[in-house]
Amino acid sequence: MGNKQTIFTDEQLDAYQVRLLHGRYHELAPHLVPMDYTNDPDCKLPLALIVNMPELKENPFRNRIVEAFSEDGAGNLSFNEFVDMFSVLSEMAPRELKAIYAFKIYDFNVDNYLCKEDLEKTLNKLTKEELTPEEVELVCEKTIEEADLDGDNKLSFTDFENMISRAPDFLSTFHIRI
Amino acid sequence: MFSSLSRNSVNICRCSESFIESSGERLLHLTLSLNCNLTVNGTHEYCIIRNIIHCVRSNHIHLYFQVFYTDCSGKVTSNPLLDQLPSYQSLLYRRKSSAAGTKRRNSSRMRLGSSGSGKWASSTISRQEEKMAQRPIRELAKTMAEKRRDKTQRLEEACDLSSWRQWRQSTHMYLRKLKVESQELLLSLQLWRGDIHLIEGMFGTGILSYFFFLRFLVMLNLIIFLLMFGFVMLPIIIVPYVSGNTTYNLNNGSPCSVYPSSARRGLVIFHEYITDLLSGGGFLEQTYLFYGYYKVDKIQFAHITYNLPLAYLLTTLAYLLLSLIWIVKRSATGFKRNLVQDEDRFQSFCNKIFAGWDFCITNENAARLKRNSLLYELRTDLEEERIKQKIADRTRKERCRIYLIRLILNLFVVGVLAGCFYSIYKATIFSQDAQMNNVKENFVLDLIIEYLPSIVITLANFITPLLFSIIINYEDYSPAFEIRFTLMRCVFMRLTSIVILLFSLWSQITKCEVDPCVCGYNHLLYSCWETRIGQEMYKLTIFDSIIIAAVTIFVEFPRKLLVKYCECGLTKWWGQQEFAIPQNVLEIVYGQTICWIGTFYCPLLPAICTIKYFVIFYIKKVSLINNCRPATRPFRASSSNFFFLGVLLIGLALACLPVAVSVAQMNSSQACGPFVNYTKSWEVLPTTVSQLPSGVQTLLIALSSEAFAVSFFVFTCLAMFYVIALAGAHKKVINQLREQLVMEGRDKHFLIQKLCQAQSLSANKSSVSKSHSSRMSPSYHTSFSSNFNEGLFLAHPHPSSSTHV
Repeated sequence: MGNKQTIFTDEQLDAYQVRLLHGRYHELAPHLVPMDYTNDPDCKLPLALIVNMPELKENPFRNRIVEAFSEDGAGNLSFNEFVDMFSVLSEMAPRELKAIYAFKIYDFNVDNYLCKEDLEKTLNKLTKEELTPEEVELVCEKTIEEADLDGDNKLSFTDFENMISRAPDFLSTFHIRI
Repeated sequence: MFSSLSRNSVNICRCSESFIESSGERLLHLTLSLNCNLTVNGTHEYCIIRNIIHCVRSNHIHLYFQVFYTDCSGKVTSNPLLDQLPSYQSLLYRRKSSAAGTKRRNSSRMRLGSSGSGKWASSTISRQEEKMAQRPIRELAKTMAEKRRDKTQRLEEACDLSSWRQWRQSTHMYLRKLKVESQELLLSLQLWRGDIHLIEGMFGTGILSYFFFLRFLVMLNLIIFLLMFGFVMLPIIIVPYVSGNTTYNLNNGSPCSVYPSSARRGLVIFHEYITDLLSGGGFLEQTYLFYGYYKVDKIQFAHITYNLPLAYLLTTLAYLLLSLIWIVKRSATGFKRNLVQDEDRFQSFCNKIFAGWDFCITNENAARLKRNSLLYELRTDLEEERIKQKIADRTRKERCRIYLIRLILNLFVVGVLAGCFYSIYKATIFSQDAQMNNVKENFVLDLIIEYLPSIVITLANFITPLLFSIIINYEDYSPAFEIRFTLMRCVFMRLTSIVILLFSLWSQITKCEVDPCVCGYNHLLYSCWETRIGQEMYKLTIFDSIIIAAVTIFVEFPRKLLVKYCECGLTKWWGQQEFAIPQNVLEIVYGQTICWIGTFYCPLLPAICTIKYFVIFYIKKVSLINNCRPATRPFRASSSNFFFLGVLLIGLALACLPVAVSVAQMNSSQACGPFVNYTKSWEVLPTTVSQLPSGVQTLLIALSSEAFAVSFFVFTCLAMFYVIALAGAHKKVINQLREQLVMEGRDKHFLIQKLCQAQSLSANKSSVSKSHSSRMSPSYHTSFSSNFNEGLFLAHPHPSSSTHV
């Protein structure tokens, strides 16, 4: 996926937290992950390892989350991207950044729009397909009706950001503790 | 330097490299349009790389890819022009305060600016940048390598600046860092952080807000206790150490000031100590616990005279005011958010889909339950829509029938409430009479009689919610309104029962055999009536804590064991305990209301309540983790905070009422307490004011005169009308802006379509004339910057030609 946008809290991030994260990263694949990063090794962990972390295991969007933060779009995370992911999903990240990444996560077909198919996929993942197709249809219609401002029957990033700024729960739910 | 996305993109880089070599160090804009096949997730989609922009500037080559997927027919589904629009760029990095460009604009300046007319754009952007304070690098959404480059660049720039600016910048950074660190330190010092973390992980954010609320009440009670202790108890305690002189309230021999001692004499059976402990009588009566002990009038310290009655009264007012301010401050954010969400539940579906899943959940059970609750919520919302439709379709006959039913049921509810209040009144009177008779029959029976009002109140508060939830089914409201209405009824029931108890006590206290009471109250039975009220409040608090603990131990744990090990139909129907947030919140608000009322009569009550809530936290936490499953009816974190504080505010308002009546209307008892020398407790204030210097006195008298009050009231009304008008105007403006936004979107699309048409015409013309020069591949166009003013361009994909590069 192009247009890589990453946030990494730079050297301002507490060294302790980075070590903690590296510990978690290392224990996912001890034989793959080096302990020494001075030579800038190019080590990426595959999607399957990362989505089995306890923090992500129960999340219906775990695959999309990892894919959104990976450079290649297939979910292979380097350590930088791993830290990026948890830093955006932490309490301290600003709302705008969370909105950008939330948009990426919910955009299943990666076309920079949340179209009806994206919404249907999101809903099915949320409810594990326990809603009837008519109910799904109705809910997606209502969602687009509520959030679409420019009338193109799908949600652009503007629409999404506008809507999410009015969602009071967003900051408290879009965060993972690690 | 180039990030290679795939084989295809590497080839693209090679092509463009040769272009750069041939054109030297000029700013170039290249448009390459390629069709390449990419396999994505197992499906073949045509991927068109539309904009590949090279900037060549002193050996730095920045390569930006924007990859857009199209559907199989090759039609472009999103428009690259839209992504280059300044409004889109600014949206990506918009902050609350500033909307101007950011560091990214720095690099996009290189994109846009060409040697020609793009210069004006770049210069304005650079000016804006210099004006704006620099944002911390960590909050920019850029690649890691770019951020490191930015940081070194900033450091270099910093070195170039004058020392004054350097110092300013470094202090800014230092202060920001200090602020972040102090915030983190404050967060880590919070009480129960680890426990709340655990609960959040298991049950999500709805139940979490209940525990936050509990923590807030612990702090509030602690502060109230510190106030009372500091201003009322501490002066009395330190008198012998600071060699002060206390003037006690003298017994002036009138019959009103006779206070028979209630201490037990002679052989005391052990269980009587327990009775005393549980009822606040006996050995506890003449202690710091109750109002009656504070018989001090004035304390003479080295240089100042401490007026204890005044301090007592002012501390009471202070803690009520402090509670009010703190609660209002805490609920201000919730209230603002509630206002922003419009009356007609503005974005309910969007909120549920995009902000509904709690990412903190790590437990499989909790995940399943969250899913179920989301399902339930969505189905409820769809149901609401259906019901709204149904209500709109109701005929007149049906409407009359429904209103009639509602009227009858509301009358029934009022009847039930009246019945409960009457039974509380009767129980209180019976209890008081039985205590006055002083016939000690049986230890347990005596205790029950003492606690009779508490028992009746608890029973009433247990039965009425069940009754209300059954009744509401017949009233045919919408589901959301049903929940709220039942809750309101329960709140009213719980809080009014305390007030009824107090008023029934007062009716007893002011009822004498000879009709107008000699001392203003019944001095024979209630020589120190404030202590009696304090004892009742004390009993209520103790009983409340016992009930909460007992219900948890004797009802919830066995229920869980039953459901787990016994598989009969009854247990299945009963099911596992649900943590019902509203009922639990009402419980603790009830306790807090008692605390507010009782602190005037029983100054140590806030300390008892602090300990009580502290223990309740652990009881509830253990019960939650071991016995409960989350509520199937979801409780949103945002609105719940506002609901809790709203109910607390109602409790505070109801608590102020009895305190105000007793301070201003009732004759204070002449036998005990600090207000012996005054007829009513309130009289301390006017007496003190009359002893102040005359200037201050006239000022205070003027402030409390009718003229001032009326003009203040009129001014407040005017301010309120102004604010309401302002709010109405804002709403109108918001609606207008919303419509404008929609229009703007449509305008944008229209203009872009026109632009596309115009460019396709010119591109066709230029490609025809330049087809000789570009021989790389027949399928892409290259346009040099000299042909374009601002570097805004679009390349049309050719669905027919698919060249593999």
